[in-house]
Amino acid sequence: MKDKITNIRIAGLGGMGVLKASLILSELLFEEGHDVKKAEVHGMSQRGGSISSDVRFGKKVVSPMIPEGEVDFLVSLEPEWSDVHKVSMKDGGIVISPADFDASKLASAKAINVAALGVLSRHLDIPENRWLEVLEKFFPEKLHAANEAAFKLGRNS
Amino acid sequence: MSQITRKLLSGNEAVALGALHAGCALGVGYPGTPSTEILEAFSILKGNAEWAPNEKVAAEVALGVAFGESRALVTMKHVGLNVSQDLFFTASYSGVQGALVAIVADDPGMASSQNEQDTRSLAYAGGLPVLEPSDSQEAYDFTKLAFELSHRWQIPFIIRTTTRVAHSNTIVEYDEQSAKPRPKANFNRDISMRVMVPGHAKPAHKRLRQKFADMLKWNDEQGPNQIIEGKDKKLGIISSGIAFMHALEAAPEAGFFKVGFSNPMPVNKIKEFAAQYDRCIVIEEGDPYMTTLLRAAGANVEPREEKWRFGEFTVDRAKAQIAGDLSYETPVIKQKPPQLCKGCPHIFSFQPMADMGCIVAGDIGCYTLAAMKPISGMDMQICMGASIGMGLGLRKVLPEDQARKVVSVIGDSTFMHSGLTGLLEMVYNPPATGHVVVVVDNSTTAMTGQQEHPGTGRKLDHSPTNQVSIEAVAKAIGIQNVETFNPVRDNAKFSEYLKEKLATNELTLIVLRQPCILAAANLIKRNRGQ
Repeated sequence: MKDKITNIRIAGLGGMGVLKASLILSELLFEEGHDVKKAEVHGMSQRGGSISSDVRFGKKVVSPMIPEGEVDFLVSLEPEWSDVHKVSMKDGGIVISPADFDASKLASAKAINVAALGVLSRHLDIPENRWLEVLEKFFPEKLHAANEAAFKLGRNS
Repeated sequence: MSQITRKLLSGNEAVALGALHAGCALGVGYPGTPSTEILEAFSILKGNAEWAPNEKVAAEVALGVAFGESRALVTMKHVGLNVSQDLFFTASYSGVQGALVAIVADDPGMASSQNEQDTRSLAYAGGLPVLEPSDSQEAYDFTKLAFELSHRWQIPFIIRTTTRVAHSNTIVEYDEQSAKPRPKANFNRDISMRVMVPGHAKPAHKRLRQKFADMLKWNDEQGPNQIIEGKDKKLGIISSGIAFMHALEAAPEAGFFKVGFSNPMPVNKIKEFAAQYDRCIVIEEGDPYMTTLLRAAGANVEPREEKWRFGEFTVDRAKAQIAGDLSYETPVIKQKPPQLCKGCPHIFSFQPMADMGCIVAGDIGCYTLAAMKPISGMDMQICMGASIGMGLGLRKVLPEDQARKVVSVIGDSTFMHSGLTGLLEMVYNPPATGHVVVVVDNSTTAMTGQQEHPGTGRKLDHSPTNQVSIEAVAKAIGIQNVETFNPVRDNAKFSEYLKEKLATNELTLIVLRQPCILAAANLIKRNRGQ
């Protein structure tokens, strides 16, 4: 009936970089020529509460919010709280969490979001150099090397 | 030569870009989720953007700009329209000469608000035309259109967004060359048009209703509405805003009338559309605004079940409404509630009051989270600035032992927004037991993401300006005791002082000043002038 839409939900707690990760991901998908929509709620969540962001891409995306049972990839940055989104997943959907890489190898715990994008990158057909180019746009130069290392840690884990 | 640029933008960023390209001379507002980022984005685009002390002042400034034949944007969340309503409900009579566009961002589902009122219902009452974008492209297009229509009909326009339009990123295509220069400002005296005494307001009301008749005709004939013919004529859906996107995904085979200009509603056009379908329903977020107007006009649309008034729409809810499934409930996903940050000065400010068993009339900001466990230190919160008046009212009727425990607590930005008139009441009609106001001053508008206000001494872009002193204002108004403490370092002194003043019949204002810990690093940089 319609061209396939891929649905990615990034979830965690306020302050973990959920919104930053979804912004990077959606900008990359946009630059790769997809129709992209991203939806989230700001506000109270920045006080350490639960937060999630939906990124949908494909030929033509209609609603910016992922319908129930249609999440293809759940990037769960704080499994204790964000694994609850598993109820919204499609059968056979993939969960990505910090357990997928050795977080102790990160220069800063703040880069967990970027490392998780590295894991996600293995499932999306986009060259590594494109990910790294877009990542650089979203961080000051002094953090480029650390973020590249975090991304590769996730991608190569 | 036109050159199309494509960008992935949030609805708020798209509004800012649209205003810039419409020749907007000034953007003014008060921060409020989900509208805050519009003026910040406008400032980054080199637009002239300012935070006003509150939405009413913002709207007044914007109207002045429009009276000067120039173009103004005013931004606010839905409840900000209540604050500025006094201005808007008569500016619709006076009209404008340049252009005035108000972006009012609704929060259905109340992600970060105290109610889920629907701006369309207020705009209907006030005679204010409304456009409703469904994505960032329309947020851009409709903002430009609103400036044109405001100028054409000489009336303030409202653009109603909702959370998922304001805070969703979708692709926007625009032509940089289409940007208009700012019109030259000029004042032409016309007393009968702008001084709304009864003799002038009576013909002005008739002019307003004539404008609505003209706009209705235009909207029916060529308004920014869209018809999508259905595969068959079984189901027709009338929708607007983000609800249209959910409904279109839920029922791609149905016929659609997408309303872009919803006050005045293109009623005649919708009636023609609805008459072609066996069954027609309205899918709209918030009040049954379109449903009610269409049914009153005799259109072939079903009444809406009360269930669909509450909360945010989704694709699944749209499917349930279409199926008439009243048992549908949006799955509840367990959430970690927001809380005050570790080390937040508000924790130190509220704990002594909770320990003393104070009855705390509270206000709106991060510190409202002090109402939650473990502090449970706030007893009421309704709207911006209400802490002071509510506290005074309690003091006036409660038995003395209870009255002496009442404290009003308000944040620094909220104090600037609407605390001053409460202080006037306190001095003018003091309760027999006196009163204590505590200003929890973290030197920023923290809840919405660290915006400046008149007390910070910095403008929207963080450049320095005059700084308003809470203490000096309180003394000038006539509060007897005005004291300042650091709630973290001088916690015991604060407790002692509060206890002492609660026992007197005097009027006291205590400022508890310690910067927000999230803002602290930025504040140090800004104070150094970096």
